[in-house]
Amino acid sequence: MTIPAAVQTLHPTSETVVEVRGICKKYSEVEALRLIDLDFPRGKLTTLLGPSGCGKTTLLKIIAGLIQATSGEVRVNGRTVTGPGPERAFVFQDFALMPWATVMRNVAFGLELQGMAKAERQSIARNYIAEVGLTGFEDKYPHELSGGMRQRVGLARAFAVNAEVLLLDEPFSAVDEQNRRKFQEDLLRLVDKERKTFIFVTHSIEEAVYVSDRIVLLSRRPGRVSQIIEPKIDRTASPDAIRRDQGYLDTVEEIWQGLKHYVD
Amino acid sequence: MMIFGYRVPMMASLMVWCVIWELVGQAGLIFLIPPLSSVLVAAAALVQTGTWQAAALITLHSFVVGMVLAIVVGVTLGVLMGRFKAVDDLFGIWVNIFVSAPLSALVPVLMILFGIGETTVIVTVFLFAVWIIVLDTRAGIQHVPNSLIEMGRSYGATTFALYSKIVLLAALPEILAGIRLGLVRGVKGVVIGQLLVSIIGYGELFELYSRSFDMENFWALTIILFAAAMLMSAAIEHVEKKVDYYAGVR
Repeated sequence: MTIPAAVQTLHPTSETVVEVRGICKKYSEVEALRLIDLDFPRGKLTTLLGPSGCGKTTLLKIIAGLIQATSGEVRVNGRTVTGPGPERAFVFQDFALMPWATVMRNVAFGLELQGMAKAERQSIARNYIAEVGLTGFEDKYPHELSGGMRQRVGLARAFAVNAEVLLLDEPFSAVDEQNRRKFQEDLLRLVDKERKTFIFVTHSIEEAVYVSDRIVLLSRRPGRVSQIIEPKIDRTASPDAIRRDQGYLDTVEEIWQGLKHYVD
Repeated sequence: MMIFGYRVPMMASLMVWCVIWELVGQAGLIFLIPPLSSVLVAAAALVQTGTWQAAALITLHSFVVGMVLAIVVGVTLGVLMGRFKAVDDLFGIWVNIFVSAPLSALVPVLMILFGIGETTVIVTVFLFAVWIIVLDTRAGIQHVPNSLIEMGRSYGATTFALYSKIVLLAALPEILAGIRLGLVRGVKGVVIGQLLVSIIGYGELFELYSRSFDMENFWALTIILFAAAMLMSAAIEHVEKKVDYYAGVR
């Protein structure tokens, strides 16, 4: 049965949480982003992918409210973003952990800033420390952990504040290859379990195709949306099966063909 | 330290110099240098006198007040300079001039401004110590990774929380180094200030003993002062070592 178009927009299968409207960003002379319009649906993982210097991290930080756009606006649940807010949590490329604080305090730090009582925030943090597989490391300090484990702390901190939108800025780029694969699998499990809206920045095509529901391809500076791809991959399959899946391989190839001409 | 395969304790080199001092003193070559042993005896007697205790108390008071001011002002100014370019432009040149300027020359001017008394000494301690604290704090603040500040902002830190829970702690290794160097300079400041004002505290005693060529007491005074300065410096260094590990991993 076909559904009339009007009804389809009134009852969308997945509502939009983050709306990006006409975002432009100029750094004095350099134009980083030009007229970006994007919708990010609830419960999906959308990846911003593009050549280095295309402004994907800038766009993510504009959505986070950490950087002011030159023009245009970002709305989260219909409200215009003027700065960071509790409905958005950020995962940093270099982890951004406090070296003087234990894993426990780092994970609970977002809640600590919100003024939550210690016992309460620690019980929430303990739950997410377990969720990312770091049980037993609560009292360790970041410098005692490997790169992969540090980013797990960063991820747990983002989950602990229970934000609707998670913004991940190349979270696995400082993690070694073996750990990265394991990490991607864990991320998929968490996306499925937490039902949050994920916006993910990466420069790895394989990573983007493997973890994303939607991939937004940005062109080289000034960054514009050049293509939106929805990988058709059976996510119920095992991680290894997905990596051999024809749909997965075709999508990787399709994106590579699209990006190839940016590489000199 | 290892010599000919033997482990030599840390203080060994100091011991060598103490022996040389003792020998030179016993030989009576220079009347300015009495034997170390008699200096130590003098020191033991000196610390029991009311004069010394009163002088030490006055000196300690000027030093502590001056240092507390220097740390509060120095860290505050250093943070502001590290975070805001306008403040950095405004004060940078002065801090850099004063950090290397011969401040002793200013003490007579301070005397005119603040009178012949403790205030001048406190101001001298402050002026000797504050600049290096400003410079080191500024360097520490500039080394705070931007992502830590962005982390604080994105998780909703108020400005106060951002500074008290993140920025100051992240800059702590450099701030402590600045305070340690400031303490050493502050000790110089308190003695020079008192010497030039020359009627109070340690400076008065120095003046008294050196004028009457009472070298045992003069050196005893000096040794006590050096020991106090080194102890303070070592105490800060001990704390510094505790936070050192994260300077590399911030």
